Amino acid sequence: MTIDARAGHRRRLRRFFRHRLAVIGLGIMTTVAGLALFADHIGPRSPTAQQILLRLKPPGFADPRSGKVAWLGTDHLGRDILSRIIHGSRVSLVISLPAVVVSALLGMTLGLLAGYHGGAIESVVMRCVDLQLAFPFILLALSIVALMGPSLRNIIIVFAITTWPVYARTTRGVVLALRAQEFVQAARSLGASDQRILWRHVAPGVVSPVLVLASFEVARMIILEAALGFLGLGVPPPTPTWGSMLADGRDYLRDAWWIAAFPGLAIMLTAAGSNFLGDGLRDMLDPTLRNVEG
Amino acid sequence: MLGYLAWRSLHSLLLLWLVTVVVFGLLHLTPGDPASIMLGEQATPEQIRDLRHALGLDEPLVTQYAWFLGHAVRGDFGASIRAQRPALEVVLERLPATLLLTAGAFTFALCVGLPIGVISAVKRLSLWDHGSMALALMGQSMPVFWLGLMLIVVFSVHLRWLPVSGAGGPEHLVLPAVTLGTFLIGLIIRLTRSSMLDVLGQDYVRTARAKGLAERAVIVRHALRNALIPVVTLLGLQLGMLLGGAVITETVFAWPGVGMVTVTAIYQHDYPVVQCAVFISAVLVVSINWAVDVLYHVLDPRIRASD
Repeated sequence: MTIDARAGHRRRLRRFFRHRLAVIGLGIMTTVAGLALFADHIGPRSPTAQQILLRLKPPGFADPRSGKVAWLGTDHLGRDILSRIIHGSRVSLVISLPAVVVSALLGMTLGLLAGYHGGAIESVVMRCVDLQLAFPFILLALSIVALMGPSLRNIIIVFAITTWPVYARTTRGVVLALRAQEFVQAARSLGASDQRILWRHVAPGVVSPVLVLASFEVARMIILEAALGFLGLGVPPPTPTWGSMLADGRDYLRDAWWIAAFPGLAIMLTAAGSNFLGDGLRDMLDPTLRNVEG
Repeated sequence: MLGYLAWRSLHSLLLLWLVTVVVFGLLHLTPGDPASIMLGEQATPEQIRDLRHALGLDEPLVTQYAWFLGHAVRGDFGASIRAQRPALEVVLERLPATLLLTAGAFTFALCVGLPIGVISAVKRLSLWDHGSMALALMGQSMPVFWLGLMLIVVFSVHLRWLPVSGAGGPEHLVLPAVTLGTFLIGLIIRLTRSSMLDVLGQDYVRTARAKGLAERAVIVRHALRNALIPVVTLLGLQLGMLLGGAVITETVFAWPGVGMVTVTAIYQHDYPVVQCAVFISAVLVVSINWAVDVLYHVLDPRIRASD
């Protein structure tokens, strides 16, 4: 690494940390990841232990026998909501992160090939992009998950195969712009092969916009996973998920608002963290990308 | 102009054809036997065989698709397994409710989002601007189903101002429209802001100011009008997302629209209805995008010139 590159690196980091929302976002995501990793140690109680005598207790309720406090209350089966939220972060991250990684890699590769080579592959990829925009995503995901059966693996697969066109569209746009640049023409006139130009010269330029897009997509996947859970097509019980907790709370809105309120807050905070992070990354990596998310 | 119209229409038709492939594949390419899924666990082998035959599932895939396409273009998706009437009928009778909800949400989101976006652009980098950007990101991070539930807790359960669910008078529309609209506000704020910033830097805005026009007139009459064009186009493209949001909003509020009927059909494995609903929503999105593009062409002479 040259001194210049290092200085640029430092300048970008400074830009990121000056971005107050980005730092908040990074903090939120790190916390959620920590909760997911150490859920067994952090959660005050077992997320699945039912205590029928302690059902529907409000936040801050102290069990008179054990003295344990249910900080966020208990649900209709007497399970501790705080513990369930902490454990629920696992499903949220275990689905959204792999789904985003797989679809980003797939979309980026196809976008690179489409933008660089054009022709038939470009037509096919771009029609997939159009198709993806034509469907209400949630309807498609719901129907496929219902057919394949809701499981962790199936949900990740469905999310990945239905969202890659988002990345392909952005990548292709960037490739079209890069292909016309002088350094690409210089490489070609030096006799570099198409393969080499594509992977060594064009591909690195695509990474930043895809990274920015991916962090916004993490937020979207977290919300969609919760939506599936809410509609009863998420990871099946007894695994605690934020979406299914919301669905449980729906029947008790009148008497126990906390069952639905807190898991929703967890979904929103995590999604916001990821969105804030994306906003900061965009400013850090390339201020001219302000419209990537569209 | 005519050339563009023809090209754009052809493109939309091609897209709709691809949509039929996906809708067909939805049922036929995913693992599991559709007939036994539809009939449930109690079905006898004879019933399954009969339904397989009735659905044409014992034919080769290509024949099945040709049959499906031939019927789909005529709007025939078969009979709803539960309702025992044409699936198209089941879906179409719910369409007005969904359109009403979407229109209400759109109106609410525009009324709130546009002014905030415009003020953010005019007072760029002010406290207001930072605040509304944070607000926009928060809005985009909010799960619609949760917002819906919380609105019910506050306005229906505690304050008792508005009904919990269902459809009826205008008071039934308020909470669902606000819920679905909030989903769009963030996007509208961001789009309006960046589009306004673009326009405010243009020569004609400077000219308007140089003429001595009041700042208000410059912003509303000269800048905003032009800034709206990209905002409207991009919002048109988000229609699929809005319809997706409507599916969840309808489920939360038991709003009798296409979304609710589809989710119920998914639970009941009533696949003719699911296929029909997915197809109809795609037709809606594709045709509205077609209309936005064509209108854009008719209304904006600058784009026509660049053809």
